[in-house]
Amino acid sequence: MISQIFILSSKGDHLIYKDFRGEVGKDAVTVFYEKVTALTGDQPPVVMSHKELHFVHIRQGGLYWVVTTTADSSPFTLVEFLNRLTTLIKDYCGSLSEKSVRMNFALIYELLDEVVDNGYIQTTSTDILKNFIQTEAVTSKPFSLFDLSNVGLFGAETQQSKVAPSAAAARPIMSSRGDQGGKSEIFVDVVERMSVVIGSNGVLMKVDVEGQIRVKCYMPSCLEMRIGLNEEFSIGKSQLRGYGAAVRVDECSFHQAVKLDEFDQHRILKVCPSQGEHVVMQYLLSDELPSAPPFRLFPTIERDNGGRLLMYLKLRCDLPPKRADREPCVSVCSRSPSLSQELSSPDQKAELRAETRAVHWDIPRFPGGAQLSALFKLEVPGLSSASMMEVGPVGLSFELPKYTCTGLQIRFLRLTPVQAGSSQRWVRYVTHSDSYTIRI
Amino acid sequence: MPYLGGEETVKELRRALSNPHVQGDPLRHRSTVLRVIRVMSQGVDVAGLFSEMVKACATTDVVQKKLVYVFLCSYASLNPELSLLVINTLRKDCQDPNPMVRSLALRNMTNLRLPSLVEYVQQPLTAGLRDRAACVRRVAVLGWAKLHSLQPHADIDAAVVNELYSMLRDNDPVVMVNCLRALEEILKEEGGVAVNKAIAHHLLNRLKECDVWGQCEVLGVLQRYRPHSEEELFDILSLLDPYLLSPSVPVMAATLGLFLSLCCRGLPAVSLAALRRAQAPLLAACGSASPEMKFTALCHVQLLLRSLPGLMGEHYKRFFCGYAEPAYIKQRKMQVLVELVNDDNVGFVLDELKGYCTDVSPDTAQAAISAIGRIGRSYSDQCLEILTGLLGLKQEHITSVVVQTMRDLVWVCPQCSESVCEALEGCEDTLQDSQGRQALLWLLGVHGDRVSSAPYVLEAFVEQVRSEMAAGVKTELLTATMRVFLCRPAETQDTLGRLLHYCIEEEADMNVRDQALLYYRLLHCGIEETRSVLQGRRSDPSLGVLIGRPAEPVSQWARSFNTLEPLRQCNAGAESAPQAAPYHLALDPEPTPGSGGGQLGLSLSPALSPQQFEHLWLGGPQCPHGEPGKGLQAALQRSHIQTMAFTPPHTLPWRVYLYTHTRWGGPAPRGPTLVLGELLYTGGRGLRVTAKQRPRDDEAMKGFLQVLSGALHTSSTGSC
Repeated sequence: MISQIFILSSKGDHLIYKDFRGEVGKDAVTVFYEKVTALTGDQPPVVMSHKELHFVHIRQGGLYWVVTTTADSSPFTLVEFLNRLTTLIKDYCGSLSEKSVRMNFALIYELLDEVVDNGYIQTTSTDILKNFIQTEAVTSKPFSLFDLSNVGLFGAETQQSKVAPSAAAARPIMSSRGDQGGKSEIFVDVVERMSVVIGSNGVLMKVDVEGQIRVKCYMPSCLEMRIGLNEEFSIGKSQLRGYGAAVRVDECSFHQAVKLDEFDQHRILKVCPSQGEHVVMQYLLSDELPSAPPFRLFPTIERDNGGRLLMYLKLRCDLPPKRADREPCVSVCSRSPSLSQELSSPDQKAELRAETRAVHWDIPRFPGGAQLSALFKLEVPGLSSASMMEVGPVGLSFELPKYTCTGLQIRFLRLTPVQAGSSQRWVRYVTHSDSYTIRI
Repeated sequence: MPYLGGEETVKELRRALSNPHVQGDPLRHRSTVLRVIRVMSQGVDVAGLFSEMVKACATTDVVQKKLVYVFLCSYASLNPELSLLVINTLRKDCQDPNPMVRSLALRNMTNLRLPSLVEYVQQPLTAGLRDRAACVRRVAVLGWAKLHSLQPHADIDAAVVNELYSMLRDNDPVVMVNCLRALEEILKEEGGVAVNKAIAHHLLNRLKECDVWGQCEVLGVLQRYRPHSEEELFDILSLLDPYLLSPSVPVMAATLGLFLSLCCRGLPAVSLAALRRAQAPLLAACGSASPEMKFTALCHVQLLLRSLPGLMGEHYKRFFCGYAEPAYIKQRKMQVLVELVNDDNVGFVLDELKGYCTDVSPDTAQAAISAIGRIGRSYSDQCLEILTGLLGLKQEHITSVVVQTMRDLVWVCPQCSESVCEALEGCEDTLQDSQGRQALLWLLGVHGDRVSSAPYVLEAFVEQVRSEMAAGVKTELLTATMRVFLCRPAETQDTLGRLLHYCIEEEADMNVRDQALLYYRLLHCGIEETRSVLQGRRSDPSLGVLIGRPAEPVSQWARSFNTLEPLRQCNAGAESAPQAAPYHLALDPEPTPGSGGGQLGLSLSPALSPQQFEHLWLGGPQCPHGEPGKGLQAALQRSHIQTMAFTPPHTLPWRVYLYTHTRWGGPAPRGPTLVLGELLYTGGRGLRVTAKQRPRDDEAMKGFLQVLSGALHTSSTGSC
């Protein structure tokens, strides 16, 4: 049971406030903001209580999304609901930011009115909501065709990117008809998050790949979509299919609307996508990777005569040569107050950030197969053998477009009934580093 | 945030709203209304525009209508008379051919929250229940719940309740779920919806039609249903089984909650099997992209581990911390990791934790070091090696936590003291904070005979005692110096003299001075007296090496599963954890029964006089219960059970009379029960417990017996 929902900016400005049950005063907002800003770094913020009132909140897009409740409700439901609410608002407003929430407050009030009644969640499905929502979204800049200029049609083997620019999917699902925004498009994204720990001897100590197939649909009506995965796709350890390189995951779960009657035979998922973004399939691969991890680091740490710590890092990208990484960033923890550096190319940058006590090494472009190196000289007061222990671990953050580390691919995407020429289908792949740690 | 110039804005908006040109142009009218709402959500008081907005309500533009309703619902309670004007428009809208307009009108009619409007609302609500559009019925059903909360003391209309019960069979699943919700609220006094067999089976059959939110709601209501036969119970369980593996975490959690409430009493084996089955989705939730969901799942994993210690042991890598995770998740993951340690993975886990000890965030580093200390209770050698290595870093915050952890470890595992004493040499220079120094002083005091430099370290402390700010450090210093004096008098005598002199003559803190005086007079009584007072135990005798935690029964925590409770408890735990008390009041791995996690609490007030007790004992009805176990009454007081009288030990038959009051935690308030008890030990193996209570409450009795047997077990392990 939800008493109130409110959205606050990170500075505490009231953006949206809706009271569903009239049990609690409006001062709850102030109480919440005081409590959340008073927390120390290690205190869990998710659930906070003030007298009989409980605050459950999440942070998304730099905003606080808060639910208050007086009854002891299920935390799973509340957190999941808030997460769903943010995706819903993102679908309707195009993006999730303080600006878009401010501009679309009328739309958000309308949504909240339909989604929750008397504190009970009524529906979060865009199929039902589209009959009720009348307000149109306001976007900060009109959607322009020029954004799409470097996009080839799906399936066309052009040298250019086969991937739609990320801005293309960041527009509201409802736009006025006749405008070019009303174009019917469907995006299928395969998004993988890697969390990897590599030991100091180069051995993979932990690998987890969490993947999702997300469908973002802008079509007003679509009867059925068939998504064909690799034929070799297998779940679990025992079952191996096909002759090619097996694509294996450990666990796999599907959205409840997915029909799986052709999945066992042909690895085809059948969905009737509703408007907006939905996760169709989630999978998990742990403990082994089909190919080498994308980055290897060869660190050497020495002390020089002048009492400085020399850190020589050699970073190799083990992706196929055509792939490139989008702006990876390496960060090494250290407590040193000053730094001098030698990098292998002038467009790279390295700096010592005091707030994270780490050296950040930004690399604008890192093609597959390449090797980069950097030499950092750290001034450590009172250098001792123990200071060597304090350096590290190294964390990498990166985003690999057009790459999935499990090897999952989408063979085809078919819509029935076949839509008129205007419909476009996009398939995009991306791998994020959730946490890519290399111990020294 | 209210901003300046609010009044000007309101004036201008009023002018615009009453301008006939604006009213004539739908688009301009709408955008003016929009501006009002925008100003309102910025925190400006726009209540003055009420009458203008009421007029703006009469429009055919649905978007404008919705906006006006947002305004009206916020300010209606301030203007009850003017709100009467709205009701006509709303009632007219309830006749609109468009179902969307009908549902909108009905919803906002009930959202105005004005008791004076109730009589106007009832008729459209009754009509709404029979509307052909599902969306109107959804709103109408909840409308009755809103009406009830407006007048909570009014009589409940039996016809409406019957209608709502019959609408549980509505075709639309949301209407069905809303009926459940409305009935729960209207019949709250009677304990909510009466879930009989027919309703329960109907709900179970319709479960798959509902969306995830509806499923959670239905599963929650079903928790109150008690199947009539075991066969029926197993039918229900097998029907629900697929939902345990649902990809939606809320549904999985609600299903597991239902499993636990159905089986945790009679069938503990089934509930354990359900927990095992649900571990995969729960693990998946622990790796969710949303940190809040991760945290919720982690807290529930901790609950599961209380009954199934070592579950998920092979998945320990899933609980390794990510590079950029927030600190509160890292700490929670480490707490789980400590529970998962076994012979196979201890090396890997320790290796990983060692990596966190040098984390840039001091909180995370400290949590990692404490986690290593916890593991050290079972695997002391490996952990001590890591802890000793960390001392070499000579970092203030690390050394402080390491010394505190070592102190805790030595108290539980006396066999570690040798290596701890070796490691202590030389770390006093790095310690800055009072917690760390107190821990060091305690260790020096208790193990002063083995640390060769102990008197000299103490001497250095005594020399700086004038600049010492923390009273805790001073009292610890006094005790430590006294203790070292007892085992190494020649080296310490001078230091002790100076310290006592300073504390008695110059110290401003009353506590410290009194303690110094106490020690001074104690020394006058002779060295043997002093020794017998000061040299107590060096370790906790009741705890040996811990081999895993004993499994708690599921019923201990089943009630708090899938509530905010586990997440809140973590809150409290995090606050008290960093300030560990030097004398280890919280060392028990289990919370003390009764005062700890269980639902049933006991209390000593109001106190009973012996006469009252006798009177009550002779008067109450008896309910005898047999209870195995033997032991003393020492732990009873700690569990809030007062012993009234007992026979001297070693006489047979041995009797204890006791009493307590039960008090219930949790959402359902219940009156306290007085429980009187007699323990009878006639020799041989059993201990007979006779208990009486008033008023009668079987569950309270069960809880009382649980607490009592827990207390008896503690005392018997303590004394044997």
